[in-house]
Amino acid sequence: MAATLPPPRLLPSGDSAVTVEFSRTIDDAANERVLALDKALAANPIDGITETVPTYRSLLVHYDPGKIGFEALGDKILPIASQPLPPAMKARRWRIPVAYGGEHGIDLEDVAKALNTTPDDIIARHSGGDYRVAMIGFTPGWSYLSGLDKSLQMSRRQSPRLLTPAGTISIGGIQAGIQCLAAPSGWHLLGRTPVRTYQLHRNPTFLTEPGDRVTFFAIDHKTFGELDRAAEAGEIVAEQVTA
Amino acid sequence: MSRLVVASIGPASSVQDGGRHGAQRYGLTVSGAMDWLSLAAANTLVGNEPFAAAVEIGPFGAAFTARDGAVRVAISGAPRNADIAGRPVAIDTSVTLKDGETLTLGFARGGAFSYLAIEGAIKGELVFGSLAVNARAGLGSPYPRPLQAGDEFNVDAASGAPELRIELPKPVSGPIRVLLGPQDDEFDDANKALFLDSEWKISATSDRMGYRLEGPAIKHLHGHNIVSDGTVIGSIQVPGDGAPIALMMDRGTTGGYPKIATVITADVGRLAQTSVGTAFRFQRVTMAEAQDEARKFARLIKDLPDRLRSSDTVELNIEALSDANVAGYAVSAVDAGTWQVTAEP
Repeated sequence: MAATLPPPRLLPSGDSAVTVEFSRTIDDAANERVLALDKALAANPIDGITETVPTYRSLLVHYDPGKIGFEALGDKILPIASQPLPPAMKARRWRIPVAYGGEHGIDLEDVAKALNTTPDDIIARHSGGDYRVAMIGFTPGWSYLSGLDKSLQMSRRQSPRLLTPAGTISIGGIQAGIQCLAAPSGWHLLGRTPVRTYQLHRNPTFLTEPGDRVTFFAIDHKTFGELDRAAEAGEIVAEQVTA
Repeated sequence: MSRLVVASIGPASSVQDGGRHGAQRYGLTVSGAMDWLSLAAANTLVGNEPFAAAVEIGPFGAAFTARDGAVRVAISGAPRNADIAGRPVAIDTSVTLKDGETLTLGFARGGAFSYLAIEGAIKGELVFGSLAVNARAGLGSPYPRPLQAGDEFNVDAASGAPELRIELPKPVSGPIRVLLGPQDDEFDDANKALFLDSEWKISATSDRMGYRLEGPAIKHLHGHNIVSDGTVIGSIQVPGDGAPIALMMDRGTTGGYPKIATVITADVGRLAQTSVGTAFRFQRVTMAEAQDEARKFARLIKDLPDRLRSSDTVELNIEALSDANVAGYAVSAVDAGTWQVTAEP
């Protein structure tokens, strides 16, 4: 039998939630453990847990203290969280179309200048990446991705923009993102996707799940317009690849 | 069917209920009423489920007119003057508006939010089980935005049930209770003590997303950026400028500032009802105390129907009277049955 892994820290988040923390930093191995614990709790629910929120490095577990106390819940979570990881499961993979640069990616040229290269090279490096949805948060459907090419890592903007467009594809620090709704952002905007990761009256309402794999491919601005209209009408317009 | 028309309303007023649960993992904000107990009290008075959708009314006044029939309503929450054509209406009672009558509410005097529950509840299109308005995400029904004059609700015609009042327990006074964490280890003992021992005020720039706190600057041990992780209602995060923000109902589901402490469930509504500029303190409690209070709070809401009284029984309730007086209002002891409330000058 494989040795158990070091236990996570259980950090109280008030009287009705606990943060199960595997790492303080962004770390793929920790994120895999977060997603494995999330799956394990979904497969074998613990009475009293109401909702879970996976993030890069921790799983936030909401619970009803009327059903289970902090200590008892911790005693049930720790052994599950310390289990060796199950063999990697086949993840869903999405191919996401992106219109890079121009009005859709107003920071592309500046990013290229800052990294002493060309916009086309930035596009190649960004769309050549193999990403994983590490977490979804901040606003509905905002998918935070791990797997950004190290050569594209740069600090965030000095002053965040108060509003960036729906569908923005951006990078910030060591993270990449797919943003669904218009929102403030301090990241660098490389392009826009017509794909809605969240669309209220569509089935499914939310496209991406933590753990999904993502790759990008470039489209021209005319194709963006066509796909955007199709997406508005409820089409998914991302390609799902079955591994 | 009757209609209830919004004749006038101030900012920060919207339809709210128990909130939108189950999709925080996709970034969907919970929203919902800022003061769960007051929402539940108003709903209980008109026979609704405790967390049914009602009108959350911000600190300014509002007026509602019944059309096409009578409408039965109840108001709970922040104390304020209320009347129907000059006839005073007490907080924490039900009242029936005849066709054409207008209920007028004054400014909140102490506190911030009141709840107007409507018999049969507000109807609309549920999204993730909720009608709660989340203006940033364009969610909420029947209006996915703050309310405006002219908005109207299609509501049940008044049942004609006898009017009721509700005897709420003596409000908890004193500090807002917190549990330290989840990132209290991002602060040294001196700064944790500074947080727990200082006097705080709610900043005027606060909203349903978060209450900014004015007081001493809290310093981090390792800087203000942590890797984003999950937040809860009541998380107290400390951004770079050291001024803590208590995250409220419209918070983002994740955040990247260290969270020094978390307001206990039973005190979130008390914090929500703390007026801008009022000085208050935090007090650290243990997990056992916090969870005991959370269970008591859940039981209180569940058992609210046991606290309903006929609104025309004259019953001298010393405890309730003293609470009302403590809250800054003189209540007529003679006329406790109708809860005739008059403001102190």
